[in-house]
Parts: sequence; C-alpha cells; structure tokens
Amino acid sequence: MLFTSYGFLLFLAVVLILYYGLPRRFQWPLLLIASYVFYGASGIGNLCYILATTLATGLLACKMQDVSDAQSKWLKGKGKEASREERKAYKQRMKKKRWRLLLLCLAVDVGMLAVVKYTGFAVSNLNVLIKALGSGRQLTFFDIALPMGISFYVFQAVGYGIDVYRGKYRAEENLFRFALFVSFFPQLIQGPISRFDQLSPSLFAPHKFQTRTISLGLQRVLWGFFKKLVVADRLIGAVGMLTKDTQTYEGCWVVVGMFLYAVELYADFTGGIDITIGIAQAMGITVQENFIRPYFSKSVKEYWNRWHISMGSWFTDYIFYPVSVCKPMLDLSSFSRKHLGEQAGRRAPVYASCFLVWAATGIWHGAGWNFLVWGLSNCAVLLVSQELEPLYRNFHERFQVAGTFGWRLFGVARTCFILCCLRTFDCYRDVPLTFRMLGSVLTSWNWGELFSPGRILELGLSWADYGVVLLGILLMLGVSLWQRKGSVRGQIAQKPYWVRFALWLSLFFMVIVWGSYGIGYEASQFIYNQF
Amino acid sequence: MEELREGLLEILEEMHPDTDMASCKGLVQDKILDSFDIITLITRIREAFDVVVPADRIVPENFNSLDALTKLVDRLLEEE
Repeated sequence: MLFTSYGFLLFLAVVLILYYGLPRRFQWPLLLIASYVFYGASGIGNLCYILATTLATGLLACKMQDVSDAQSKWLKGKGKEASREERKAYKQRMKKKRWRLLLLCLAVDVGMLAVVKYTGFAVSNLNVLIKALGSGRQLTFFDIALPMGISFYVFQAVGYGIDVYRGKYRAEENLFRFALFVSFFPQLIQGPISRFDQLSPSLFAPHKFQTRTISLGLQRVLWGFFKKLVVADRLIGAVGMLTKDTQTYEGCWVVVGMFLYAVELYADFTGGIDITIGIAQAMGITVQENFIRPYFSKSVKEYWNRWHISMGSWFTDYIFYPVSVCKPMLDLSSFSRKHLGEQAGRRAPVYASCFLVWAATGIWHGAGWNFLVWGLSNCAVLLVSQELEPLYRNFHERFQVAGTFGWRLFGVARTCFILCCLRTFDCYRDVPLTFRMLGSVLTSWNWGELFSPGRILELGLSWADYGVVLLGILLMLGVSLWQRKGSVRGQIAQKPYWVRFALWLSLFFMVIVWGSYGIGYEASQFIYNQF
Repeated sequence: MEELREGLLEILEEMHPDTDMASCKGLVQDKILDSFDIITLITRIREAFDVVVPADRIVPENFNSLDALTKLVDRLLEEE
C-alpha cells in the first residue's frame, strides 16, 4: 500500500477516525493493528520478517535489561562489601553476558537483512569468480523478493538493541509497544530511522483531538503530495529514458539527467518524509526531521549533515565512533603516530572508519557495485576536502570573500554539482557505464541539441509539463527560503483566514489538477522504498 | 582530579597550541575539535590514563570544554 494510492488515503481516513473516536487508551494498540494491516498489504509473507526482528530484538533487549538490573542490585547490595577488583571482575562478567546477547540480536537482525538483500549479489559475484577460474559449475540461489522497508526497520531495531546494551535507556517490557515502535506505519517503509527514546514518549501517550494539530499535520501531508505527485512522478519517465537509453542520450543529456534526477530525488524523498511527519503530527506524534534544506549546503560534509539525517546519525553513532575507538583502531593510531608521525596517527583510525562507514552506507542503499562505489566516492570527496582544509584557510585569509553572498552561492552550486556527479552511480546502476557516460559529457559536445524543441519533447514531457516542474522547483525553493525564518505552516497560520484558505486550497487544486494520477495511473514507488 | 586536569590540558594544548584550551567552552560546538581530533584525543587519553572512552560517551557535551572532559575521564576511571 503506497502513500500515493487511493487505498492508502481510505486506510488513513479510517485510522484517523478510529484513532480519535476510540477511548484514548486504545490509540497505540490501534496504531499497532493498523501498522500490521498496512505492512501485511504489501505481502502477508513480509510480516514474518518484521515479526522475527521484533521478537528477537524485543526479547533479547529484555534479557540484557535483566542482566543490567541484576548488576545494579548486586552493586548496591553484596557488591558494597566486595573489593574494587572483585567489583571490576563482576562488572566485566555481566558486560560480557550483555555483549553475547547483543551479538545474538545483531546476528538475527543483520543476518536476516544480509540474506534477503545481499545473497543474490554475493552469489552472482561468486559465479563470476568461479567462471574466471575456469570452472563450468555455477552456484544457484533463490532470488528472495526484498521486503519493503526492511533496511529501515532493521536499523531502527538494531539501534534500540545497542542503546539498551549501552544502558542509554531501559528496555521496553511490553512487547506489543515495542512492536509498534518497529512497525509504526507512517515511517515503516522509508524512515526516518527513529530512536526509541525520541519517538516513544509521543507514540504511546494518549492524544486529544485538536483541530490545530490535525490541520498542521494534514497541511504537511498535502505539501508532501505536491512534491511527490506534481514534481517527482512527473519526472520519472524522463529520468528513466535518459538513464536507460544510453546510446541516444550522451553528452549534454547526461547533465540534463543529473539535474532532473536531483530534482526528482529531492521531491520524492523529502515529499515522502513530509507525508510521514505530517501523518504522525495529525496523530499528535513527533517524528524527527530528516532534512534541513540539504540543497543549500555549501560543502559535501554539510550536505550529509542535512540530508537523510537519521541515517547519517545512525552510522555515526553505531558504526563510525564504535569502530574509531575500538582497541585495534586505537592500537593502529598509537602505532602510526610512533612510527609514521603525528599526522599519520591522527588520520589512520578516522580514515579507516570513514572508509568502513561509507562502504556500509553505499551497500545499505542497495546490493550492487554501483552503490559501493557511490559510497566510497562520497568518502573520497569528504577526506580530500578535509585534507584541503589548510589550503581553503590560506585562501580565505588572503581573499576576504567567505561571508559574501556570491561565495555562498558558489559553495551551494559546487556542492550540488559534485553530488549530482556522484549520484550518476545511482542513476545508471553500472560502474563502467557511469564512467563512460560522465566521460561523454566531455567527448560528445552536443549542447546544441538542448535548443532543439523536438529533442526536448522526446523525453515524454510537454511544454506544460516543463512549466509545472519549473513552478514546482520555484515553490520548493521559495518554501526552503521561507523556512529559514521558522515553520512555514506556523507563519501561514498567522495570516488572515482568507489568505490561509486561498493558499491551502490552491495547493490542493494544484495536486488535483497537476498530480500524476487518474485513470490508468499506477502509484509509483517512492525511490527510498526500494532501499 | 587536578593532576588529571593538567594531563588533559597538556594533550589538548599539544593538539591545538593556538587555542586557549583551559577556558574555551565550545570546543566541539565552535568546531575547534573535529572528528579527527576527537579520535586522536581518545587515543592519547588511553595512552596517558589507561582508560578507553566508549563510543556512547562521544557526545559534544563531554568534549566541549576541559572541565567537561576532565569530569568524563574522572567518571570513567571511577567506573573502572
């Protein structure tokens, strides 16, 4: 059931009516049932995966909590009489117990994700290797359909397990409540990847019917639908044509594809998250923001702090820092500093951790070499810009341009361009082809074709479509600029009634009139659903 | 505690000789310490005090000032 399908709108209306119609103590159980109905609609078999994740993580986290509680009890009781060494040894033993439980939890969750998402990729690569070694035998495998949103809810559950292991918060004893945390339907299929301590207070609290909250939530849903249906879905065909028919669309068309894909991806993913946050808000539930005007970033590093924030912070908290400060990495740092100098010691653990994090980020997006190369390219750009930092400093000391509008604009344009280039690995889904297509921008000098109306219209978009996309871009840009002064919906709410009414009604009709739906329309997947 | 503070100050000053490490209250917030520095700092703390800062304690509040860092390392030594 996709957010943009008629079935989902009906489902949402029923859920909202029941949510506020039933006694408040039934609100979260209703959401749990609704979430399982929602997920079950994508395939009954998919429920097995989410149930396995929920049961394994929920039960093992409770066991970890039992171990922690036993430790606290001992330290407050018998432990007081024990020597410092005895207490230390006891704590080590208990930590080891919790560690084993966490490892089991990770083995189930990550193992399941690895099997369904990466077996096909691993086997096909092994087959290539076997063939290269001269053997005629080939491995066979069952291609398992990837359950929708599995990468998101598995990461959410794994984060919870690690937090309980670290003692950041207590494990949730009610397995049904934990099941809702894992399966909460608005964020189930494309995130954000929430943290239990952030989401649970509002998720399980009873919520009164409040017109303001509901209307603010639904306004954000409408804005999300505008981005998805009017802008993103309008561009799907053109982007698909540009990236599939690589013989015809070389040279300047690669640049056009890069630009259109940047617009499509932004409208699709941020639109989807607007719908998610808006639905949650209409129910009084606070879901964390996943974007802060990412295309206004002046560096790639800044961009990754503003785009898909929940994923970035997940990788930082659960992979980057743990790997950076693990014993072998600290040994590597000490060794490098002693034998290769201060700078090498400083760089070694961070470089190694960055490499690992970005390889994981790439492969998280999809089982393919293109995603791995995409991740590692991001890593390379980040590390090179880190290395060039002294050069930038010298430049800015000599030329006082840093704060000027022109320089900021240049920073934004440069960042957008670099990211567009990196995203081509995602567009073409084939590493050698991506390099060939990027190379063709320099070798096939065919910019004149852009001024041929016939060629432009071949992409399946009429002039009216281009006009609507341009209007959509301007609106998204305007809203982003407006956001810098605070919540746009909050500011609109201060306007006179007729202005608010006219604004929201116009947006509603834009979705109705220009949205890509109607007879013969099949709701399109959100791009991030497939990850 | 005073000895610990002095030891940490020495490490921080070695890493950033131009910054007044004793009084600065926004080492992470003001981007004086980046991720490279944080990891280097943790390595040096391990070498000097034989204590490892676990990943879940790597939050800006623990690294923003010399005082916060001293409290963190002191707590970790206490927990040992």
